[in-house]
Amino acid sequence: MSVDNKTVAKIADLARIAVREDELEPLAAELNNILGWIEQLSEVNTDGVAPMTSVVEVALPWRADKVTDGGYRDEILANAPDNAHGFFTVPKVIE
Amino acid sequence: MTDLTKLTLAEARDGLAKGDFTSRELTQQHVDVMEKGRELNSFIVETTDIALDMAHKADEMIRAGRGTGMTGIPIAVKDLFCTKDVHSCAASHILDGFKPKYESTVTANLWQDGAVMLGKTNMDEFAMGSSNETSYYGPVNNPWRATKEDGSLSENNYVPGGSSGGSVAAVAGHLALAATGSDTGGSIRQPAAFTGLVGLKPTYGRCSRWGMIAFASSLDQAGPITKTVRDAAIMMESMASYDDKDSTSVNRNVPNYEHALTGDIRGMKIGIPKEYHMDGMPQEIEKLWQEGIEWMKAAGAEIIDISLPHTKYALPTYYIVAPAEASSNLARYDGVKYGLRVEGDGLSGMYKNTRAAGFGDEVKRRIFIGTYVLSAGYYDAYYLKAQKIRTLIAQDFAKAYEKVDVILTPTAPSPAFAMGEKSNDPIAMYLNDIFTVPASLAGLPAISVPAGLSADALPLGLQLIGRAFDEETMLRAADVLEHAAGYTAQPKIWWGEK
Repeated sequence: MSVDNKTVAKIADLARIAVREDELEPLAAELNNILGWIEQLSEVNTDGVAPMTSVVEVALPWRADKVTDGGYRDEILANAPDNAHGFFTVPKVIE
Repeated sequence: MTDLTKLTLAEARDGLAKGDFTSRELTQQHVDVMEKGRELNSFIVETTDIALDMAHKADEMIRAGRGTGMTGIPIAVKDLFCTKDVHSCAASHILDGFKPKYESTVTANLWQDGAVMLGKTNMDEFAMGSSNETSYYGPVNNPWRATKEDGSLSENNYVPGGSSGGSVAAVAGHLALAATGSDTGGSIRQPAAFTGLVGLKPTYGRCSRWGMIAFASSLDQAGPITKTVRDAAIMMESMASYDDKDSTSVNRNVPNYEHALTGDIRGMKIGIPKEYHMDGMPQEIEKLWQEGIEWMKAAGAEIIDISLPHTKYALPTYYIVAPAEASSNLARYDGVKYGLRVEGDGLSGMYKNTRAAGFGDEVKRRIFIGTYVLSAGYYDAYYLKAQKIRTLIAQDFAKAYEKVDVILTPTAPSPAFAMGEKSNDPIAMYLNDIFTVPASLAGLPAISVPAGLSADALPLGLQLIGRAFDEETMLRAADVLEHAAGYTAQPKIWWGEK
């Protein structure tokens, strides 16, 4: 499988990273180089093999469904590039 | 006064306990060396005032008889660990100005034990790299340079390895007594090997990941970078803990790792995987590995040939799994909650411009790969396939550990290379991690031990891989290996005032 400029543009859009038109071609070449190298995995027979879901054999811990933390809005907002009235701000999304 | 920066962590601990010197003196000497060592670019931020204040408190702890193995020890902290109110940016532009309002569990454990923070160390951006050339803050220079045939030092700068390049440069240059690192596919072990240090990646789940800036969550583990195996054992005990804030942290007692260093490995079974003999591997690496085998044999260990058949697939598997997780983890950098924001056309335009300006080329490359392999129609062929092969890789190890206690391999396929040598070829760069990635995929503990020098007098390391949660056996073997190798080389100072 290889990617073309159109696919790269789509990936970049999904990843929400602006890519200039003239960057598509070199990016496609780079990604194809890596994907081509990864392709060797297809020679491994994985029939009946379960995909790994946890790297160590432990059951996920349970805890009571209770609020144990919180109440520091201002600390959370302290690192925001912009905030107003105790909220994060974003560009206008509704006309 | 004697040069306290040349001590090991264990020696410094003992000297502090005996009252030979104070943490204040020990810390001040490291601060002086840190300031003279700025040409290494190992620190992004120096926190001298905090260090001297912490040293003062550590001296009080020691006087009150409450000292631990880490009390009063000046260490460097990788920029990937969130440290309260102190720059924590994973060496990325996109986290510009981020000063967390909380402390990572690993660093909180270290401060609780009285360790002293000298500053935050440089690294590959978001830990994505094997040479520390992808940092927004510029590359780190290895304190080591190759020695030319006439015996003089090369004028070229060498890479320290990555991603924990600043941490290893700081310790190898004696700017810090030890440092924290993080390892996703080899980011502690490979740089340790490139700088003549010990680098320990514990079992996945041994250290809490809470407050560590995430790269690939199923692989990321914190660990110590130190001058000796004993130092690694001491620091590991402080860093490890169960933490209910990380659901993958494992609730097991943290042993006294230093007690495991008995020096006795008689009867220990050491596996030598045949698949780690790679085509084109430099003869000197092969030779060092053979020497390592002989040393362990001489110490009474039993050498057993083993097979890890899926080894060659580990690296391409890693380059599906890690970018997939990274593309998901790094979605949080959106110009809203913290760090950089670049305005654009509407919300989507702001996201795209922020991320285009904030991420470096290697990070973007991995986000694109990750996004692609997770996208509709490709998930099964890439991601699911990789997770199945990951199972096979883990099974290879499980089978081997029916016969052996630890596995001995080289750490990296080459010594440190010159700056810029591999930065234009991603796959050549990825191959640096060929021997470290398999243990990462299987979640196993592994340690790099300095074992010799290359033909041009650059450090080389050997790796020991242990059973899950059996860091003790691995450390015992590593301690014996270290003593047998008798590695004592130090870099010749070319930087700063000297």
